[in-house]
Amino acid sequence: MTSSQQANQNRVTLRRTIITLLVLVAALVIVVGGAALLGSERLPVSNSLCALTTLGTRQCGLTSDHFDILFQIRLPRILLAAAVGGSLATAGASYQALLRNPLAEPYLLGVSNGAAVGTMLALLFFGSLEWSRPLMAFAGALVATLAVYRLARGRVGATPERLILAGVIVTTFLSSIIVFVTTMMDATRIRSFTFWLLGDLSGANTGLLPVPIAVAVVGAIILTLNARSLNLLMLGERDAFDLGVEVGRVRMAVFLIASLLVGSSVAASGSVGYVGLVVPHLTRLSVGSDNRISIPSATLGGALFVIIADTIARTVIAPRELPVGAITALIGAPLFIYLLKRV
Amino acid sequence: MLEARNLTIKYGHRTAVDNVSLSLEPGVLTAVIGPNGAGKSTLLRSLNGSLIPNSGTILLNDKPLGKLSRRTVAKQITVVAQEAELRFPITVFEYVLGGRFVWANSTTWGWESERDLQVAEGVLEETELHELSGRMMNELSGGERQRAVLARALATEAPILLLDEPTANLDLSHQAALLGLVRERCNSRKSSALIITHDINLAAQFADVILLLRAGQVVKAGTTQQVLVPDLLREVFSVDVLVDAHPISGVPRVTPVH
Repeated sequence: MTSSQQANQNRVTLRRTIITLLVLVAALVIVVGGAALLGSERLPVSNSLCALTTLGTRQCGLTSDHFDILFQIRLPRILLAAAVGGSLATAGASYQALLRNPLAEPYLLGVSNGAAVGTMLALLFFGSLEWSRPLMAFAGALVATLAVYRLARGRVGATPERLILAGVIVTTFLSSIIVFVTTMMDATRIRSFTFWLLGDLSGANTGLLPVPIAVAVVGAIILTLNARSLNLLMLGERDAFDLGVEVGRVRMAVFLIASLLVGSSVAASGSVGYVGLVVPHLTRLSVGSDNRISIPSATLGGALFVIIADTIARTVIAPRELPVGAITALIGAPLFIYLLKRV
Repeated sequence: MLEARNLTIKYGHRTAVDNVSLSLEPGVLTAVIGPNGAGKSTLLRSLNGSLIPNSGTILLNDKPLGKLSRRTVAKQITVVAQEAELRFPITVFEYVLGGRFVWANSTTWGWESERDLQVAEGVLEETELHELSGRMMNELSGGERQRAVLARALATEAPILLLDEPTANLDLSHQAALLGLVRERCNSRKSSALIITHDINLAAQFADVILLLRAGQVVKAGTTQQVLVPDLLREVFSVDVLVDAHPISGVPRVTPVH
């Protein structure tokens, strides 16, 4: 076998991508089931699994309290965790490819804070309109994205260091706005607000739950369809342009979709940090950097990661809870330091 | 065919390319020579649309370049430039397959077709990289990487090649091999090529037409015999040169005299 045939075999193919994604979907189903069983209230295992497999159409001998805990409390929260994790990891993976920077991440770039400011403004000014929150969060995320991109772009393009610095500037600026708005609130709201800012999935059971789920699925599909362009953008904008990529169009698409992903998840759960850093890094390590496999793997991996983190957050000190963002940051910050040393 | 008429490109107040016209005909290899800062790279960058000229027109097969989609242009024109710094790991084979991007279509769901793989293997053979195709790009030497960049450009199968100092990092034998490869494409596939080089003798050996640039202007365009004359070279490069005939090929040979 020649060496190029060998290289060809190690290549990412459609078949390998499908198998990888099927394995991840299977893992996701198992983890969702497991997470639904864990919690401060102990549920009967076989009855609960029976009810879960029927998707709640049959009660399977569960008491109505247990049934409600399973389907009104735990499952919506797990689904939201999956949507948030999938969204943030997908956004992170595509920012990294587009900006040619393994450190790019919605939280570190200030995009999450942009979405948070948007959500807060929506709460302040259009408090009664639930829909205004994801919309304003999207707008905030988009403005923050464009601001960071402009700031980071020097004469020689955006170096990784410059991008992170620009992210820090935007993040701190937006943080001061958040503090300013928070101080105008009353004391009881401040506490729940601080919790939300750190990333909190406890507000899952609302009519808006389908929004982050739908956005995560559609966003991941659109970005995966652009994966081959992103593969070339990873090599440099000029190379991508020369090879036929509509650079401006792909860049705008990524900015819009990623902002939508971050916006919808922040509006629902606050800023869960480092998901967009940890998950794409791990997926690239295990499946390679071809975005056709690494973006959808990051989506599913992100869902797994946040479900697990949130299960830890709500069980370690049960019946009290930690914000899920505290768990993800605990894992993510050391990894960031490790990556920073390698770039 | 690629044709540029009266191109002028400015950076702020500085004029980098000043009223340059040229045409790249099928089968013809054009070399662009000139001192540093003569506007060679700027000219090349404008020819595939990455730089928009301040005035003048560029026609690709008689259609204005700016009106064509990126995909259409990239199917016709390929660029070999200095390779950008890589931040994500990628094998040589995958890198070269990047050249097949424009040929992606829905029958393979956007994945590489059998033909894409064959073309990639073919150009890896041609550039003598087939033994290295499973290696990571960042493990290669500068010269090997440069050949990978050429391989990727050839993999596009675009009939017009624009090469910006493609031999800069190459050893003696690979310099000749690379230009030989481009020459061969011009001869057998009727490709057209434009090569920027500082190696005048290499240009003399392989080019049909030489374009001598200074301060953004064409000083002289013509055959090697017409352009490589002592007076012109002395004037443009401000150095005394000796021009004699190459003992084997008979093409002009330029040696600086100190």
